[in-house]
Amino acid sequence: MSEIVRRDPRKEWIARNRLHPEHLDVLAELGEGAAPSEWPGPNGRIRRDPHAVGFTGPNGIKRIDRSGVQQGAGRSSAGDRGDGQPARQRVEIESPAFLVAVVPDLAGGRLSSHDRDLLGLARRLADADPQAPGAVVAIVFGEARESGFAEAGVDRLVTLDEPRLAGYAPEARIAALSAIEESLSPRHWLLPDSALGGGELGRRLAARLGERPAAGLWQIEPDAGSALGWHATCRGAAGSLDIRRDLPRVALALALAECAEPVSETVHAARPLAPPALPEAFSRVEDLGAVAVDPASVALGEAEFILAAGNGIRDWEGYHRAATALGATEGASRVAVDDGFMPRDRQVGATGTWVTARVYVAVGISGAIQHLQGIQRCDKVVAVNVDPGCDMIKRADLAVIGDSAAILEALVTRVEQARQEDGGKRDAA
Amino acid sequence: MPHETTKNAAGALDVAVLVSIGRHPVTGRTRRADQDARAVEAALALDHARVQLIHAGHHETDSEAALRGYLGMGFEALTLIEQAGDADVLPALTDALREAPPRLLLCGTRAETGEGSGLLPYLLAESLGWPIVTGLAEIERVEPEHVTLLQALPRGQRRRLRLRLPAVITVDEAAPAPRQSAFGPARRGALAVSEQASRPDTALADWTLEPARPRPKRLKVVKAASARDRFKAAAAKAEGGGGQVLTDATPEQGAEAIFKLLHEEGVLRR
Ligand SMILES: Cc1cc2nc3c(=O)[nH]c(=O)nc-3n(C[C@H](O)[C@H](O)[C@H](O)COP(=O)(O)OP(=O)(O)OC[C@H]3O[C@@H](n4cnc5c(N)ncnc54)[C@H](O)[C@@H]3O)c2cc1C
Repeated sequence: MSEIVRRDPRKEWIARNRLHPEHLDVLAELGEGAAPSEWPGPNGRIRRDPHAVGFTGPNGIKRIDRSGVQQGAGRSSAGDRGDGQPARQRVEIESPAFLVAVVPDLAGGRLSSHDRDLLGLARRLADADPQAPGAVVAIVFGEARESGFAEAGVDRLVTLDEPRLAGYAPEARIAALSAIEESLSPRHWLLPDSALGGGELGRRLAARLGERPAAGLWQIEPDAGSALGWHATCRGAAGSLDIRRDLPRVALALALAECAEPVSETVHAARPLAPPALPEAFSRVEDLGAVAVDPASVALGEAEFILAAGNGIRDWEGYHRAATALGATEGASRVAVDDGFMPRDRQVGATGTWVTARVYVAVGISGAIQHLQGIQRCDKVVAVNVDPGCDMIKRADLAVIGDSAAILEALVTRVEQARQEDGGKRDAA
Repeated sequence: MPHETTKNAAGALDVAVLVSIGRHPVTGRTRRADQDARAVEAALALDHARVQLIHAGHHETDSEAALRGYLGMGFEALTLIEQAGDADVLPALTDALREAPPRLLLCGTRAETGEGSGLLPYLLAESLGWPIVTGLAEIERVEPEHVTLLQALPRGQRRRLRLRLPAVITVDEAAPAPRQSAFGPARRGALAVSEQASRPDTALADWTLEPARPRPKRLKVVKAASARDRFKAAAAKAEGGGGQVLTDATPEQGAEAIFKLLHEEGVLRR
């Protein structure tokens, strides 16, 4: 069927206007009035069926929508993909005039928002001249779990998936990037200026290529007078200076910089390119693997997984045991700290630490606004509380109503059981 | 405490620390740079090490006060490679390190003044042909040919690396905080000045430097097909519910649900 939907604004208007004499006819014609809610009865009186009005909303509640979206042709207006997102334009760059190489960090195998901004910046550089568009090449180390490279604005994708590039192997990675420099010779190299990852790799690359990179880049403007046609503004001197200079070949862009918006209107090809033959690199840095860190020693603001205690904890012994068993960093509400059960440096919230944990388990915490402020940046929040109406439950992704001591104890048992099963499996294998 | 610097034991490890002039972020006064001071601290924590401090730059009263801050950490002397104010210190430093190569070179990750791009350690490592590692948390063991260290990763995690000597290691905020600088040793310490030809940094002269402007905040742009969607996005509450709530569950069922979520998120250790 054709994707293009022809709309008749007059009919839509009539469909919305319940008082219009042709309302029912038009509804029937648009296929919406299958079970009309109003009809003239046998002796001329208007009959209504209130149950036929409206539709069932996403939460199972009946909704009456008078805005016209549900009626008429609004439901599938042209260009709508059904999920409210406008369709993206497909862009294919067959013979690019030049290449923009991007090395995203891909923390956890996925594009971060920093990576997406960077790809948006790369698109700005590539699409500056519509007569001679460039192509964005993303260079990915290891197997990426990301499937949205095309939506993020990648035209070509080079995947370097070799065992010696895995882990911390900066020297092998630089050798690989140098090989790409030789085979593809991109006009621009863009990397995220993150502490480990792009920031390090980019500086190594710049030192290897003999380029003076734009570190801490946060803004670019077109400038016909400079070598690559762009002017760059970078942060220098510990963030206290702005340096305005010509954009060099290698640029390291800051997170959340206003360089460019992430790509949102186009879809690109993300066509795989065969990686070049990698030179044998002699490595003087050996990765001996991650070291187990005591979660209690991790600073609260940095912790990835926090088990936080509030005024609803009675059994403090049990709480500490649970934190140890789960391997979680301990946090606390202000009341728990003020009452002397937890040290001050464990307080989460407006007057404590603003945490960034990926998983935050709040046990016996009511969710006062001062506390919720501190956990704004947490991804997943789990609440354990006896009061089903408290604010922490509204914030939580998973809430368990019940007594904290019993639930923590059951959780410890469950985790230990899983460990034993795991151990058993490993022994058997 | 008699310091390692005075111990002239044979077989001691030669460590050089590059120190620079810092700038207090609030008052703007010169001081010892925080990361460089941490690098000095890391060097002082090594057993059997001969630690040498090196600074290349323009010598004036202001910078002398900052350099004496490092001397106050327990040093008798600091090598000062005198350079013009607009010089690129890389060639002078490379020459000095080639003449008397240490086994281990420590430095901060980024300078607090000047361009502060954090490139110098990489350029030094590249021109000396040494390996380089960033983000030192702790040096664990030094062997004649290797050094084993912990590297700081995000979220308080650590990674163990083994590095062939001679090597460059850069230090950032993850390393232990530096000791205080004592006034007496800072006054008594000597600045051993050595003149080197200075090459001006021509690229830097072409750039415009200005005080940092606040970066514009990104506005939340809602791309929506219809006015209704835009209105809904604008009026949406930041924290919509939609979470799963388990009422009337036994503690075991609740624990199972929590365990499942923790397992899916991968935060449980094995
Ligand atoms: C200026 C100012 C700054 C503040 N800054 C902070 C801050 O930074 N951080 C902070 O946390 N607070 C802060 N507060 C305090 C804040 O307003 C709340 O008082 C505090 O967060 C409440 O802590 P709570 O949730 O642990 O205690 P409560 O509000 O007493 O909540 C206890 C919860 O535990 C539940 N409960 C009770 N028994 C059990 C049980 N057996 N099992 C399970 N659940 C149970 C209850 O239902 C209740 O929801 C600040 C206040 C002010 C005025």
